[in-house]
Amino acid sequence: MTRPKIIAGIVAVLLIGGAIAAFAVAWRPAIAAIEPPAPHSFDAQLVKRGRELAAIGNCSDCHTVRGGKAYAGGVPVPTPFGTIYSSNITPDPQTGIGRWSEAAFRRAMRSGVDRGGHHLYPTFPYDHFTNVTDEDDRALYAFLMTRQPFPRAPAPANDLSFPFNHRVVVAGWKLLFLRSETCRPDTTQSAEWNRGAYLVEGLAHCGACHTPRNALGAERTSAAFSGGDVDNWLAYPINAKSPSPLPWDTEALFRYLRQGFDRDHGVARGPMAEVVSNLSSVQGSDVHAIAVYMTSVFGPPGEDRLRQASEVRAQSKLPAPPAVQANSQGASIYAAACAACHESDRPLPYGGVNLGLSTALSAPDPRNAANIILSGIRPVEGERSPIMPGFAASMTDAQVSALLNYLRARFSKHPAWTEVEKTVQDARRTQTVFLQTQPGPHNAPGDPTQRDKR
Amino acid sequence: MMTLKVNGHDHQIDAAPDTPLLYVLRDDLKLNAAKFGCGLGQCGACTVMVDGRAVLSCVTPILLLEGKQVTTLEGLGTIEAPAPIQRAFMEEQAAQCGYCIAGMMMRAQALLQKNPRPTDEQIRAELAPNLCRCGTHMRILRAVHRAARLMDSAELSPTTQGSAR
Repeated sequence: MTRPKIIAGIVAVLLIGGAIAAFAVAWRPAIAAIEPPAPHSFDAQLVKRGRELAAIGNCSDCHTVRGGKAYAGGVPVPTPFGTIYSSNITPDPQTGIGRWSEAAFRRAMRSGVDRGGHHLYPTFPYDHFTNVTDEDDRALYAFLMTRQPFPRAPAPANDLSFPFNHRVVVAGWKLLFLRSETCRPDTTQSAEWNRGAYLVEGLAHCGACHTPRNALGAERTSAAFSGGDVDNWLAYPINAKSPSPLPWDTEALFRYLRQGFDRDHGVARGPMAEVVSNLSSVQGSDVHAIAVYMTSVFGPPGEDRLRQASEVRAQSKLPAPPAVQANSQGASIYAAACAACHESDRPLPYGGVNLGLSTALSAPDPRNAANIILSGIRPVEGERSPIMPGFAASMTDAQVSALLNYLRARFSKHPAWTEVEKTVQDARRTQTVFLQTQPGPHNAPGDPTQRDKR
Repeated sequence: MMTLKVNGHDHQIDAAPDTPLLYVLRDDLKLNAAKFGCGLGQCGACTVMVDGRAVLSCVTPILLLEGKQVTTLEGLGTIEAPAPIQRAFMEEQAAQCGYCIAGMMMRAQALLQKNPRPTDEQIRAELAPNLCRCGTHMRILRAVHRAARLMDSAELSPTTQGSAR
């Protein structure tokens, strides 16, 4: 054999070997279709448990379009790689999961592969759901298979750039980033802590929004809970880096997650409004477990933090200082449009939070504050719930920017934000889309009787 | 002193810049359609249009309105020549006590200018910030649909289309 032939042979072997390896990595068999099981074939208790788990998993948020049929999909999920539309998880036989066996459902949850063997994009957070137990997957399956079947909500095809429009690429992504059993019980911690860890790292997939992602869209596990992006909202850091002026503790977290507000931190809004709306409908013990685990993620506040907190608390009770002359426009807007509620001293959630306690104004960028000024807080349909009027129609970008700069200077200890006006422009553009596509909270945060108490 | 454009006319306003638009409309310009309800932007009785969009005038200081066009219910039509939205609300008898109705009509008008054929759901979503304590919601819904049809009909002259500035 001549040298070129040997080289050609080696190249051929490598190519074939590579192809076989790639096939082995990427190929998943289809799982046989089943006749859609009758709803009454599922145990009622299992279905009930599944409903709570689906609420903890916040499934409705991505799988229900605003005003659309529950779980019928079609919600656009913007990513740096393009837009992905969520799938129909009702038991519709053609466009939903009606022909999926429990094994097919479990495989999707655990490894992000659909019944037909196609890789699912990791916008479906199977990097978290891989931690869900067989038992909980069974309950979720029972819940979803007993929903009313709807055809998939009309949605355009995924709009992804090359090479991400090829699902086989996802197999490589999984090889790099999908790890199973990322959440193991810690015997040194309480049962409640472990329950919280299981929920947070698994079904509740808190890190999907609150952990930053790398260039390939995977969570940077080394920076867990350091804050992320979702729909042009900043998902705040919820660890030691939390910008909240007053530190969180278990009871504050529990109130916030359960009732949608905490008097020291304000009202949940943006994508988090849907989360707390769902958590209001599950067992309090699970929400408390989440609060216990997250308290340990936040870590105990240091002495500096506690001293700052007591300063903030004292200042929030003082009357407004005279308007800062350098930004009289922002001060005037605040005095005329915001102070009537935010300095009313009425109890939350019907009075506005004192802005000295606002996490949004101490955050690294003004996105959330801009979103909320423009769009306000929508009422929950048919329920008593906090609302704030939006100012998109009455304020120009320059006016919102002046207001933001004033609020930052007056209510936070951090340096001025940069690119405020650009942020406001982006917020105006993206919030329009967000409000049209997101279902919005459908039940009021839990236990309305608690909401009138100070 | 600032210039405020209301219903197509310029007005010289002598009020502090942080005065809510509602007070200027009612007290200085004697335009009483917009109502004071809660004063906190929670009820919608004070709704007017600014540059074609519904705005809560009780939480809108006039300093925000330099160069913008304010439209109140008085700017849409008159008793003799009601605008389609006003005709529709009368024909459906959508008012009981009527306190919320001016605000309802203004928000509905802004919706119809943007979306001439809204669905029930779109109307409900759009009018959600406006409260009615009498409970004429179903009539209000019908009135908005009727106004949409009236605005479509050809015999209406452009002045009664209610697209006043």
